[in-house]
Amino acid sequence: MVTSITSFGRSGLYDWMMQRVTAAVLMAYTIFMIGYLLFSSDLSYASWSSLFQNTAMRIFTLLAILSMVAHAWIGLWSVSTDYIKKTSIRFAVQSVCGLLAFIYVVWGIQILWGV
Amino acid sequence: MLVSVYRYNPETDDAPYMQDIHIEIPGGKDIMVLDLLQLLKEKDPSMTFRRSCREGVCGSDGMNMNGKNGLACITALSQVVEKDKLVLRPLPGLPVIRDLVVDMTQFYRQYEKVKPFLINDTPAPAIERLQTPEDRAELDGLYECILCACCSTACPSFWWNPDKFIGPSGLLQAYRFLADTRDTARDQRLSELDDPFSVFRCHGIMNCVNVCPKGLNPTKAIGKIRNMLLQRAT
Repeated sequence: MVTSITSFGRSGLYDWMMQRVTAAVLMAYTIFMIGYLLFSSDLSYASWSSLFQNTAMRIFTLLAILSMVAHAWIGLWSVSTDYIKKTSIRFAVQSVCGLLAFIYVVWGIQILWGV
Repeated sequence: MLVSVYRYNPETDDAPYMQDIHIEIPGGKDIMVLDLLQLLKEKDPSMTFRRSCREGVCGSDGMNMNGKNGLACITALSQVVEKDKLVLRPLPGLPVIRDLVVDMTQFYRQYEKVKPFLINDTPAPAIERLQTPEDRAELDGLYECILCACCSTACPSFWWNPDKFIGPSGLLQAYRFLADTRDTARDQRLSELDDPFSVFRCHGIMNCVNVCPKGLNPTKAIGKIRNMLLQRAT
């Protein structure tokens, strides 16, 4: 067994499962957004703002943000462990990815509840 | 025809190089790549490659022929030669010992990890441990692997992490024992595999299936291991 401390869930199966579940959430969110933009009769600031004042929409969006962060971490972790051989550089890149992910979550929540 | 061969002798060469050799095939026959190599060796005895059975059973002469891994002994020139040219390289991703001979240590180390032998802690019966024909049929498409390394050395995940990712060949063998009804170590075997590298570095690009000279399907076996892990955990 290969041990790894930086992977998302320590278990390969858990990461694999999360990658698929988060992909499904992101697909649902993307389809909803495209549908909304294409078929909304009144696309104005007021309608956009009221869409995001809806609690269900905030829950859905937060779920999509968290899914994106988990999905991106698992994906970028895979890419970085493939291509960056030097541990110090890989750890630095992964740290930047982690920090950015955290910033996106906080920023996303701030935007979402600031509407 | 023109044959371009990867040459490297660590004792005399600073770096590997490609040697272009023009050669006439006697009688214009459609010979195997291994026969061609034999002709080249007659011209230049320093040309080094592995070979043994010359019929696709021993798995010694795996190499990269015009960009695709395969066994030289069962690959006819007509299958690989393009525009009267053939490029021969060693299997990609493994350290080169000399010319077309690679160091297979990393490959075998991964094979060793999957414990490629039957584990059964129940008392041995007086005769063989019997299987039904159906249970035995589960091993078809798995036991035929000859460990030529064509698949694992065609896999980018194995190139990047040959020390951590077991690779298509090793995983095919892992499933061969997971699927064996006589084996009692299924749970331990699965626990050994449930990390982010051993199995899950496979992203299903199927290079392994594309090159396997025995027509086996490691990607399918890897999918079955994944399903076993999933069933065990849910």
